[in-house]
Amino acid sequence: MLWEIDLWPREGMPNRDAESVVADVQALGLANGDLCVTAARGFLIQSDQLNREQVERLAAELFVDTVTEEYRLADAGDKGLKAPPPSSALRGKQPRLFQVLFKPGVMDPVSQSAEAAVRDFGWHVEGVRTLRKYWLAGACDEEVVAIGKEVLANDAIELLIDGPLPFDRLPAGSANDFELRTVSIRGLDDAGLMKLSREGQLYLQLAEMQTIQRHFAALQRDPTDIELETIAQTWSEHCSHKTLAGRIAYQDEHGERLFENMLKETIFEATQELRRKWGDDDWCVSVFKDNSGVVRFDEQFNVTFKVETHNHPSAIEPYGGANTGLGGVIRDTIGTGLGAKPVCNTDVFCFAPPETPHGELPPGVLHPKLVMRKVVEGVRDYGNRMGIPTVNGAVFFDPRYLGNPLVYCGSVGLIPRDKSFKQPMPNDLIVAVGGRTGRDGIHGATFSSAELTQESESISGGAVQIGNAIEEKKLLDVMLAARDRNLFSAITDCGAGGFSSAVGEMGEEIGAVVHLDRAPMKYAGLTYTEIWISEAQERVVLSVPEEKWPELELLCASEGVEATVIGRFEPTGRLSLKYRGETVGELAMEFLHKGRPPVVRQAKFLRPATGELRAKNDLAVVRRSEDASGGRDFSEVLLRILGSPNVASKEWIIRQYDHEVQGGSVIKPLVGATCDGPSDAAVVRPVLGSRRGIVIANGMNPRYGEFDPYHMAASAIDEAIRNCVAVGADPRQIALLDNFCWGDCERAETLGSLVRAALACHDLAIALETPFISGKDSLNNEFRYVDDAGNRQVIAIPPSLLISALGQVEDVSRCVTMDLKQAGNSLYLVGETKDELGGSHYALVNDLEEGAVPTVDATRGKITFAAMHRAISAGLIAACHDLSEGGLAAAAAEMAFAGGLGVDIQLNEASDLPIEALLFSESNSRFLCEVRPENASRFEAALVEVPLARVGNVRACNQFNVQADGGEVIRTSLERLKESWQRRTV
Amino acid sequence: MMSPRVLVLRAPGANCDEETAYAFQRAGAQAERVHVNRWLESPQLAAEFQILCLPGGFSYGDDLGSGRILANQLRHHLSESLAAFRDAGKLILGICNGFQVLVKSGLLDSDDERGPGATLTWNSSGRFIARWVHLQVASDRSPFLNGIDRMTLPIAHTEGRFVARDDASLNRLESAGQIALRYCEGACPSPLPFNPNDAERDLAGLCDRTGRVFGLMPHPERFIDRTQHPNWTRMEPFEEGDGLKVFRNAVKYFA
Repeated sequence: MLWEIDLWPREGMPNRDAESVVADVQALGLANGDLCVTAARGFLIQSDQLNREQVERLAAELFVDTVTEEYRLADAGDKGLKAPPPSSALRGKQPRLFQVLFKPGVMDPVSQSAEAAVRDFGWHVEGVRTLRKYWLAGACDEEVVAIGKEVLANDAIELLIDGPLPFDRLPAGSANDFELRTVSIRGLDDAGLMKLSREGQLYLQLAEMQTIQRHFAALQRDPTDIELETIAQTWSEHCSHKTLAGRIAYQDEHGERLFENMLKETIFEATQELRRKWGDDDWCVSVFKDNSGVVRFDEQFNVTFKVETHNHPSAIEPYGGANTGLGGVIRDTIGTGLGAKPVCNTDVFCFAPPETPHGELPPGVLHPKLVMRKVVEGVRDYGNRMGIPTVNGAVFFDPRYLGNPLVYCGSVGLIPRDKSFKQPMPNDLIVAVGGRTGRDGIHGATFSSAELTQESESISGGAVQIGNAIEEKKLLDVMLAARDRNLFSAITDCGAGGFSSAVGEMGEEIGAVVHLDRAPMKYAGLTYTEIWISEAQERVVLSVPEEKWPELELLCASEGVEATVIGRFEPTGRLSLKYRGETVGELAMEFLHKGRPPVVRQAKFLRPATGELRAKNDLAVVRRSEDASGGRDFSEVLLRILGSPNVASKEWIIRQYDHEVQGGSVIKPLVGATCDGPSDAAVVRPVLGSRRGIVIANGMNPRYGEFDPYHMAASAIDEAIRNCVAVGADPRQIALLDNFCWGDCERAETLGSLVRAALACHDLAIALETPFISGKDSLNNEFRYVDDAGNRQVIAIPPSLLISALGQVEDVSRCVTMDLKQAGNSLYLVGETKDELGGSHYALVNDLEEGAVPTVDATRGKITFAAMHRAISAGLIAACHDLSEGGLAAAAAEMAFAGGLGVDIQLNEASDLPIEALLFSESNSRFLCEVRPENASRFEAALVEVPLARVGNVRACNQFNVQADGGEVIRTSLERLKESWQRRTV
Repeated sequence: MMSPRVLVLRAPGANCDEETAYAFQRAGAQAERVHVNRWLESPQLAAEFQILCLPGGFSYGDDLGSGRILANQLRHHLSESLAAFRDAGKLILGICNGFQVLVKSGLLDSDDERGPGATLTWNSSGRFIARWVHLQVASDRSPFLNGIDRMTLPIAHTEGRFVARDDASLNRLESAGQIALRYCEGACPSPLPFNPNDAERDLAGLCDRTGRVFGLMPHPERFIDRTQHPNWTRMEPFEEGDGLKVFRNAVKYFA
């Protein structure tokens, strides 16, 4: 018997599901006129044992909140279920019913929880599925179809049913017949090899396919499908970073340079050089090796940091993509050393502008407004449920992110110093812990190496996963307990490539035998290859000494976490895969990990010639010292900068994230008198009862990349560091992460721009003594489609380098926020302002191009950061804000409205700079500081080595005034500034 | 002074258990984090404790409504153990998700013969909200709030809007002194509405008829140290956060 319970809000309570559909339809312009929607949630309960009375009880006591909701219960085939809930909105209309279910195999935590919760009643059901029902009226057929496809259901994971349910039992998986498959590779020509690579979703290159062919020719056999898949996973860009860690012939204005391993010779090398220099004072612990970078924190603990991207899945199914993106990077923390405890998260997103007209979307692309909202929700629902505070982030908008939105998720962990390293031992058991294996996420690792196309949604739907945060929270709790009892010798999370990558990686130096049929599965019917490469979430693999297994098994069972022995790290040097007693794959670890032919790529960089700042598509240079309209009033420009999407308040996102759970919050993302000013960095005390803090910040500016990726990278590094320093971090102990998101690096120019950025990372890391400790890249962020006129089009993202910084502060009570504190205090500008408006927000809002892009004087930057830290540590600074987008004017405005205090600024210093540069230049290594009169002389003394100017006063009023050359150039009020900054909401 | 033992109940998805145990310890109690599975295995286990605390989080993912599944586990399997605990004059505190569990398990005397009289449902914004709120103690019934007039504490929830079945239920709770804590206007004006979720009668915390079972949506364990306050860099230094008083009161109750 299949029962259906429909439930909807009581009269007087809002129908949020319906309201959200109407809002989305309006936002996307999908229907005109009188669209009327009502919605209900449903549960389908398959049970041959329960009677109606029992199901009624389940409805009233488990599924329905009778205070706020009404429900009906019927046999799922009952015609009455087709009618909308009694609602005035649809009365007298002929609504059309749509029902949405998850596709079979898609993770649905609610149905899993429901099945378990029914057992608490002492009853058994065969299965529960969730259902969403929508009744639409007032739209024509064409509109209804568009709404169904674009708003009600995402075809990648959901089934949209027009009308009543077409089944009367929940479909169950069926057992498959085992059949060993081999792939004929030995006889293929080059075209045949590439066809196999593409159609098998291996996404390997010709030289790699030829190497595999030769390997098996020498063995005098063809590979099995699972062998081929294993090699493809291990050799994928995602798992091996073969492009950036490969041979590159790079050319720029300084000549040619040949890299054997580009990353190793630039970014890693900088860290090694610093560590050699520091000697005994080296505070790096584990870099570029483990799932996260690890640095020293205090006598007892180290801290770990990792930032990952989850771009391709987020393009296709933004909620699930972002959800599992965060879940994945949290598992990186759990899988670092012998397991770190996640203490905070950070998230940076890049989207196309939400105003993009619906008609301009290429086929297969979701609207950026929906993508943005669902990415935010995906991150929110995972981080909040895990109980990890999301403390820092940023959002960037550019039309070129339309086909490839970027989702960067970061996780910081705390780990005891003696648990910071892992070592799988020969003859250890291979134990899978956590969620069950299903068909979700097949081909994620190789898919991330492919470019997205308009068909991606249909080809790679299987690569999309939905997370179950509670499963991961359970896993986290039990792993930390097992770590503290020394129950395993190594841990690796199952990420891209699933068991294939995790076991392959752990057993690289030893060898492994895996019995695939022993892995617990969500449902029957998976082939042995699917079990091996599934990227089902919330799983880790442990290497467990045999004598520890009984205790581990008990511990896991006591917390309701499944743990299963699936094999053993046998010291054979071979990976041996078995299914139902038969060997289905046998590969030498040596070939798997070292057999990949080196990728050799060309890279070249040609610095575009840039002239003076000028209006777009207009050769006339803008007259200096005048605003676009020829006047000298820059108030409007400032308001436009504050209201521009990158700068504007992100409060609507921030307040959906729990940024205080775990109790360590010190500097929150929003600060100031009314808690709505933009903080430079977050400060968290990861150890309750200790005063020591960690500082999290980021730097990114894709707009500078069009001028020179070197300066873009240098500026991003400077920004991340100065954000940390601005709140009180010690610049002598800031660790960095790089995340390169780039276009197709088979193009020499694209790869050249990336190498150029990596060179800057090397140079700046050494000059500022801020080591990179981990990093990640996501290449091929290009979207290909055929436009209405039949022309092939490509949208490549701009070079997008995110620099994440992890700083430390000895005593958090010394930290400083950016909001102005008191009238009568002075404002000081720290650092040198140059005429650097190229790529600036001043240029953006005035539609200008060219000009000089900000550069970094690292020698001076280092002195500035050290001096600032001395001043903050001595308690000499009342408020401090870094200068970035919008320059001095924007920073001063933000400080003023955050503190609810007026500002008078005089830029009367003899200066060769035009006024707009004084106001809006984005020169690096600068801060605006508020200083109490009694601290002024000590502050000036502390900053004696650094360019310093007293530029204004804090006043007890609501005016924001700037004078330059004796004239007024900005005159506005705090209310107008704040209103401009806060206007954007979603 | 006797140091009471606190059972901080862990369940799958509970995630404020560590800092809540820490807050109790700072207040002078001995706190232990115990998984609900242990309690289900041995229902008599609670007898060794004086205080039961249900911490914040997302028990069982809140997959069937906030706190619902854990509340059902308490009702089906631990109701005798809980009744004995309450009748022995001990204290029960539910914070955020713990409050949701208390309401839905009927432990706050908000139900009647017609069924559930009140619930905690979706914020009127329809979204998760993390921010700080001002609170006014509205009844002298609960020992947890002894000597407290006002507090400033953070909230972080999606389903924190208190709604009663009808006015009669609300009036009954009010006249019994069970409406223990309300959202209120604060000294520091916020542009955000003072009642963050549109709760009826501005209710932020509810106690049972004895006052010894108390649940609240705000998180007292997140304001123990002064650097947790969102405006601490604008304030004169002070010793400890408002939230610590709630835990101290619980400890003092057994002095």
